[in-house]
Amino acid sequence: MASHPNTYKNQPDERGHFGDYGGRYVAETLMPLVLDLEREYRAAQADPAFQAQFDDLLEHYVGRPSPLYFAERLTEALGGAQVWFKRDELNHTGAHKINNCIGQILLAIRMGKTRIIAETGAGQHGVATATVCARFGLPCVIYMGAEDVRRQSPNVFRMKLLGAEVVPVTSGRGTLKDAMNEGLRDWVANVHDTFYIIGTAAGPHPYPELVRDFQSVIGKEARAQMQDRIGRLPDLLVAAIGGGSNALGLFHPFLDDPDVKMLGVEAAGHGLDGDEHAASLLGGFPGVLHGNKTYLLQDEDGQITEGHSISAGLDYPGIGPEHAWLKDTGRVEYTAITDEEALEAFQLLCRTEGIIPALEPSHAIAAVAKRAKDMPKESVILANLCGRGDKDIFTVAERLGVEM
Amino acid sequence: MTRLSNAFSKPHPALVCFITAGDGDTSANLDALVEGGADVIELGMPFTDPMADGPAIQNANLRSLGAGTTTADVLRIATEFRQRHPNVPLVLMGYANPMIRRGPEWFASAAKDAGVDGVICVDIPPEEDDALGPDLRAAGIAPIRLATPTTDARRLPQVLEGSDGFLYYVSVAGITGKQQAAQTSIEEAVARLKAATDLPIAVGFGVRTPEQAGAIAQVADGVVVGSALVELVGEHGTDAPAKLREYTAGLAGAVHAARN
Repeated sequence: MASHPNTYKNQPDERGHFGDYGGRYVAETLMPLVLDLEREYRAAQADPAFQAQFDDLLEHYVGRPSPLYFAERLTEALGGAQVWFKRDELNHTGAHKINNCIGQILLAIRMGKTRIIAETGAGQHGVATATVCARFGLPCVIYMGAEDVRRQSPNVFRMKLLGAEVVPVTSGRGTLKDAMNEGLRDWVANVHDTFYIIGTAAGPHPYPELVRDFQSVIGKEARAQMQDRIGRLPDLLVAAIGGGSNALGLFHPFLDDPDVKMLGVEAAGHGLDGDEHAASLLGGFPGVLHGNKTYLLQDEDGQITEGHSISAGLDYPGIGPEHAWLKDTGRVEYTAITDEEALEAFQLLCRTEGIIPALEPSHAIAAVAKRAKDMPKESVILANLCGRGDKDIFTVAERLGVEM
Repeated sequence: MTRLSNAFSKPHPALVCFITAGDGDTSANLDALVEGGADVIELGMPFTDPMADGPAIQNANLRSLGAGTTTADVLRIATEFRQRHPNVPLVLMGYANPMIRRGPEWFASAAKDAGVDGVICVDIPPEEDDALGPDLRAAGIAPIRLATPTTDARRLPQVLEGSDGFLYYVSVAGITGKQQAAQTSIEEAVARLKAATDLPIAVGFGVRTPEQAGAIAQVADGVVVGSALVELVGEHGTDAPAKLREYTAGLAGAVHAARN
């Protein structure tokens, strides 16, 4: 169903649909809330003071703009295209997640909400949410799968230090999707005072749109920085995809530049031929979960199956609806990288550039390594280094058989 | 007259009973509900991610899926119920994804063949009606919508448009089986809804005891009980039918006599 619209930037429509995807598939109790949020978001978009406050916090609190970095030794090692990184791992809290949290907490305050909730998988979005809640003095409850609480104890402690209440979720199978279910259950029971800060470009409209917009600072900066540094746009953008917010943040400002190709990288886990992966686009089917229609890992009866990835930030069984649309239109190409390939890329970047990446962007780096070799030396790849790897050293050590 | 409109035209308010399909011996449990005096049956379609449900119904979903229940099993349970009980209205209740997985037209047609009278889909609000509503209507199945304490006057007409069978009033902003709404707030809400529609109003969420059910039945056309029944199924396994029959009889007694 490839179509070729004049612009790829006019989505979603007024009902929050990206082509067939997206929408507002929520219980009636929440429907008036998401309509309120949409109204308030439209007002904020038209309010220069809101944008000014957002920009100011990104500059002075988050540390933006993040650098654009030419990875010279990695480029040499790969022997093909020039590899550049957008260094969003240098943000306050160590990942791109904070960009979105700043935007959403400003919306929450604008709406007079006095309590914040969020879900988290590996804990990065939980830490970013707890951070902005501390910054603005709002109480914060983070839902996290019980298994993730056990595996990610440093992030749990960070959240607690920041004053958040971390609730281990044991319902369902105690994973990220169950944490999101529990967040929705909390929200439906606390509709009057609570704002739900969703961590990725998914959920009911307007979340996919507003998360994308807040994260688009990544691509806007990168576009200007590329023009400034090399006088042209890159040939290929690469980003890892769990829910897809860092990828959309990088891609969106380039969608209408026809010469810029884009590659989204899903987690292939142990391989796409089995069930142990988290590649919703490449290995799933369209369906409805958590407020939106999108590609989902599911069985023939529509029961949701668990994703697997070495990266806890990628093992969600769905994906943001705009990616579903970008896949169907053919504007963005999607591929998948296995746990093993990501681990190799993780080590490659450590040794060639002195940067310890998170396991999420390690998937993007692995895809870059595959592509760069076959591209001419004058071509330019820009990948989003969306998180730093401090949180992942225990996982990596275990996989490499190292006792810590 | 449809089976649903018949159930709401009786001289007494209707007792609507919910259990999850595939949790225990569902056919025997459904028979027990009917024998106990249920006027309408809501059969829950199990889903891995029941985000509007509290622990009781979440656990029922897990038990059912753990036992291997498929969509085909749910439809077979419905078909056999219809053969045994030609006149008792049967409503499927669940979440969008299992309903639309094979396409909404497939689901509407399969539900029609199984003798289903209505469908309640928790996560398809009026804004997304296209995802299932047109196919249900074409198959002669009532799309039953939910109204909640957050459904304000501005929004209510949109909820009612295209709604059929009955209107399910979710009496608390929250999940199933938890807190109970204050009787006065239920009375106000039902009066507000009745002023806006001729559809029967059934009230649910947090209704557990005959006393609560009887009080609500003084103002509403129907009372929905779910979590309390589902807990009996979870607790009593193969002995559940007798317990369900007894508990339902208590509820039915209170609901049917509420306006005497």
